[in-house]
Amino acid sequence: MKAVEALWEAALDGNEYRATDVVLEAAGEHGHEAVLLDVVGAVQQRVGREWAANRISVAQEHAITAINDRAVTALSITRPRREAVHGRVTVACVDGEWHALPARLLAEVLSLRGFAVDYLGAQVPAPHLITYLHRTSPDVVALSSSIATRLPVAHATMTACQATGVPVMVGGAAFGVDGVYARRFGANAWAADARAAADMLLSQTIQPPSAPHQPVDDLPHLADQEYTLVTRSARDLVRSVYRGLEERVPAMRSYSDEQRQHTAEDLAHIVEYLATALYVDDDSLFRDFLSWTGEVLNARGVPAQVLEPALDLLSVQLRDFPRAQRMLAAPDRSLPV
Amino acid sequence: MVTVSNWLRSPCPALVVDAVGAVHGMNDAARSLFPEQVVPPQWRHGESVHVAERSYAAHRVDNEDGSVTWWLLDETDLLLERERAALLARMSGALMTSLNPERCMTVVAELAAAHLADEALVIAPQSDHGHPVTRCLRGETPTYELQHVDVEEVVGLSEALRGFPPVPSRWIDPAAAPGWLAQDVVSIVVTPLPGHGVPAGALILIRRDKRFTEDEEAFARLFASRAGVAISAASLFTQQAVITDRLTHDLLPPALRRYEHVELAGRYRASGDTERVGGDFYDVHELPDDELFVVLGDVCGKGLDAAAQTGKVRTALHALLQVVTDHDKMLQALNQALLTTDKSRFITTVVGTVRPVDDGLHVTLTSGGHLPPLIVRANGAVEAARTKGTLVGILPRIMTTTDEVLLAPGDSCLLYTDGITEAHGGPLGDEEFGEDRLRRALTDCGGMPAEALVEHVHMLAAQWVGSGVHDDMAVLAITAPRRRSS
Repeated sequence: MKAVEALWEAALDGNEYRATDVVLEAAGEHGHEAVLLDVVGAVQQRVGREWAANRISVAQEHAITAINDRAVTALSITRPRREAVHGRVTVACVDGEWHALPARLLAEVLSLRGFAVDYLGAQVPAPHLITYLHRTSPDVVALSSSIATRLPVAHATMTACQATGVPVMVGGAAFGVDGVYARRFGANAWAADARAAADMLLSQTIQPPSAPHQPVDDLPHLADQEYTLVTRSARDLVRSVYRGLEERVPAMRSYSDEQRQHTAEDLAHIVEYLATALYVDDDSLFRDFLSWTGEVLNARGVPAQVLEPALDLLSVQLRDFPRAQRMLAAPDRSLPV
Repeated sequence: MVTVSNWLRSPCPALVVDAVGAVHGMNDAARSLFPEQVVPPQWRHGESVHVAERSYAAHRVDNEDGSVTWWLLDETDLLLERERAALLARMSGALMTSLNPERCMTVVAELAAAHLADEALVIAPQSDHGHPVTRCLRGETPTYELQHVDVEEVVGLSEALRGFPPVPSRWIDPAAAPGWLAQDVVSIVVTPLPGHGVPAGALILIRRDKRFTEDEEAFARLFASRAGVAISAASLFTQQAVITDRLTHDLLPPALRRYEHVELAGRYRASGDTERVGGDFYDVHELPDDELFVVLGDVCGKGLDAAAQTGKVRTALHALLQVVTDHDKMLQALNQALLTTDKSRFITTVVGTVRPVDDGLHVTLTSGGHLPPLIVRANGAVEAARTKGTLVGILPRIMTTTDEVLLAPGDSCLLYTDGITEAHGGPLGDEEFGEDRLRRALTDCGGMPAEALVEHVHMLAAQWVGSGVHDDMAVLAITAPRRRSS
């Protein structure tokens, strides 16, 4: 659709008036749902790709998303009103998830399809969500998560929601392309995108959760405590790896404060992804992250020379953890040279 | 030495089958169990055998002469108890999940219809719009509705609904049951649902074909006691949650709307995940001539006590605003008001008056001991407003200086609390986020919409803290919207 390019241009330019005009005009032609998903959704996916490729900053990502969000508001105000004829759905993001737009798009689409929707947005602490579920007793709660490192929180939130007897549908990039982590976590449903989610809710009743359970019931490997210990000592790990790097990589000694902070943040990310990979017990999650980090560092003009020694240092620190060793020692770290 | 007659008088049925497979003999118990000629048994050792509505475990004992004695151990009661224990465990699990009264009633009706009766009704004590009634036919989906029913028409129902003191189950004459309850049924029993000293309602079980046995009724009472606790817990939770919501509603940050000439956006996060209110606050009031009054502040302390204080401060400021719009006079008055009440709780605050002008927004800012607002120009330049003043509510007199700032289209003014700058953490876990880092980050934020700006600042601080503890955080952006041109 040509509207995708037009909305992208308008959002990048920070021009909300043009963005609003673009989506309203497109809605007249293609209908609201198509514009929400195939225009706004498409632009938002492009935002994600541009950010991943380091072509836009996080601040730009926020600015573009805010314009997109305004466009959604304009669509929401002009959408055909219909009475809710289907069930009640609560839509929320996992706490700590900053990408609220995918959840908002789902909420809008479900409203268009005739569901009664409670959209709670991003930054909902789990205790509030649970209280909300007890108070309102929806038919389904839909949880969205985009970032892989939120998976442990997503799992805990899912389990807590299920303990209230409400079935949980999950979606978003964090759960893997085919929803592999959704299944591993025992979600009652997983949908690839908002359209699939709406179709599924219309065509079938989501089964209620079985008896309350603990996260470790879904992931027995957590009993080895590797995830817990790595998470608990994450900051110590980052500090000691950072000190080790300063000894190994002489160039680091002349780093500016900002470079130091960037390097420390990169290390914190590595530890966070390692912890997440340990949580779901999936080496590829960590390896995909490493190869992506290598590319971003290259794009940022930072030589990836610190990555390899950082992983070695981490491996020494975590020598008693067999699963972490396996992930850190993976032969094809697929790092750019 | 066991004599032959002993096994014949044993209470356990026993049969002897000879080597060729014919029944050779039976004891008295076996004879009463199998009054007719018995076919030679084809049992396996340990198998559960059903005879005349009872269950027996078949035990095989090989005799020296090649014959086999089958002992039948009655396990009917054991199986029944085991089934009931499993059922109660399953029911308890299902009942304990929800704190939503409607969902609880639905679960109770569904379980009762599945395991206790052909049809089950759960009737809760009267609310404003009638009695909540959940009805479930075996195998069907329960229905919930508010019904105006005359509970006096059913003997024992109104007593059960009053719940206190507990009344025993009552049998109802099916013929005398009102139409809304049941028609053409054989048996009806009303059981109170005893809660935590509060009436949770009544459970009505209906059978179409036969009467309830005494045993079944006892089990129904056991079920009702668990169901009652679950429903009353849900009711108590809901009562408390409604009260909390009503009382804290005015303490929540206001929803900010968009004005023709001004973009406003705010973000708030209380320090505790279980709380929605804290010691930080912001507020916006409309003044004549399209002007807006904006305030953001921080009451010393956190949690609910501090939140209650923010409510008083917000109310006081709103009242003061009706008589005085000069910032210094207003803060002096607020200072007096705080001094004459609770001296232990001082505040820091920034007040602002926003006036649309031809080339953007004219903003007057006055700090009462608060961090100076930051001005983020459309080109990314960041400067602090030149306003300072003393804390409010601690000294008899306060000093303030007011700054005036012009925001051109695309410029923003950011008000924030120290929860942002004093966020402790970072990748190494031992640094404050700090004002310098905030300013550096804001240089990337030139020309951002207000909503994106507050979200970005909040995210940076929250990610800096990571999973650690943080103080209350409040951010408010006043942005001069870009012109509708191009």
